[in-house]
Amino acid sequence: MKDGTDFNLWSMKEVGAKVAHDVQDSWMINVGVGLPQVAVEPLTNRGVTLHSENGIVGLGPSPAPGLEDPEVIDAGKGFATIVAGGSFIDSATSFVLIRGGRLDLALMGAYEVSIAGDLANWRLSGKKIAGIGGAADLAHGARRVWIITSLFANDGASKLVAHCRHPLTASGVVKRVYTEYGIFEPSGDAFTVIELARGVIASDLIEVGVPLSKI
Amino acid sequence: MTYTEKGQIHCPTATEDVMSKTRIYATSTEALADINDGATIMCGGFGGAGYPHNLISGLADRKVKGLTVVANNAGHEALFAYGGVRKVVCSYPLGPTSKGFLEVLDRGEAELELEPQGTLVERIRTAGAGLGGFLTQVGLGTELVAGKPLIDLDGKQYAVCKPIMADFALIKAWKADQAGNLIYRHAARNFNSVMAMAAPIVIVEVSEIIDGYLDPDSIHTSGAFVDRLVEVGK
Repeated sequence: MKDGTDFNLWSMKEVGAKVAHDVQDSWMINVGVGLPQVAVEPLTNRGVTLHSENGIVGLGPSPAPGLEDPEVIDAGKGFATIVAGGSFIDSATSFVLIRGGRLDLALMGAYEVSIAGDLANWRLSGKKIAGIGGAADLAHGARRVWIITSLFANDGASKLVAHCRHPLTASGVVKRVYTEYGIFEPSGDAFTVIELARGVIASDLIEVGVPLSKI
Repeated sequence: MTYTEKGQIHCPTATEDVMSKTRIYATSTEALADINDGATIMCGGFGGAGYPHNLISGLADRKVKGLTVVANNAGHEALFAYGGVRKVVCSYPLGPTSKGFLEVLDRGEAELELEPQGTLVERIRTAGAGLGGFLTQVGLGTELVAGKPLIDLDGKQYAVCKPIMADFALIKAWKADQAGNLIYRHAARNFNSVMAMAAPIVIVEVSEIIDGYLDPDSIHTSGAFVDRLVEVGK
């Protein structure tokens, strides 16, 4: 964006609220470790069911201090709770739920998303060792994959790309990307703008390498 | 069987002469005595939840070498400390407890086989189920299916995943009864109940072994799968 332009990017808290706004109350959702967690608070008391792939259906908020239980953790291995009506399941069952199409939404972070909906979010190219965890299963199995991410990487490059340079987690799965600049959808030959933060101009983003479709 | 007034099934089994192959061991060391160099072991847990710490340290005390360890994570610090591991099969080898693994990996002393978590657990499950493997679309179009045969079936492409065979499964449960029936606690079930069905010898560290028998309707893993129990306390 050009310096001095009058624009007002969304905070990540606002991005989380945007995601929560677009979620239906009956959905079962897996919220990834890291940035996607901004959506958890606005999703609370909405009637959605949170799933944690280590075996919790009905993941609750973090426990109050002193009530931590090392045998109630989430997929990020942080202390967690389970809501009333929740259930503990084994890992095989948990991935039956994921691959079998019971998960309405996987909210994930990203290194890159391509115009074809390819997702790279597990290993940076050039990095020898990384963990895949449940990311590939979730990206493939969930009925929708939405991404919460900053639009630009630390080196200034757009995370929305024509082709991913980093190794893929899954190909052609991403339906929507929520960023501080706006909400975008991969459409095959570009990203379609769904909404932009106040003052953000699509042509300015195109100029700095974000592959948006020209309106 | 009779029903109690609370509606639970009450199963009055004789305390002597129980049909069970399960043996109770006094110590982890005794329960692990026949795990030898070069063995492949499955190890339950997701991070620290449901991880059989006592069994793993018992194995480390015996300095068993050349192990292949199948688990979700790579936090087997006690085994890496003396170079006991040749290969790790897991989905997530990072995090604060994986330092030991990353060091031996870096020195070329161990290798890593990385699998998506759902593929990993299903490879374990199919091993126990006596199947030759399964077909999945997870990882198609990515390096995550590198080395796997691809086949077309009914117009769809799949990767062929083979079962993961192991010699022993080392798992953690909450309660066990005299017949080896197991109940896991909370999110500590994870890989444990799957691995309990996936190896010819299943060794369980359990917080409490009760004197009698658990309610048959409450059992997570049937004693039919359990070979050895060690009570380790809370």
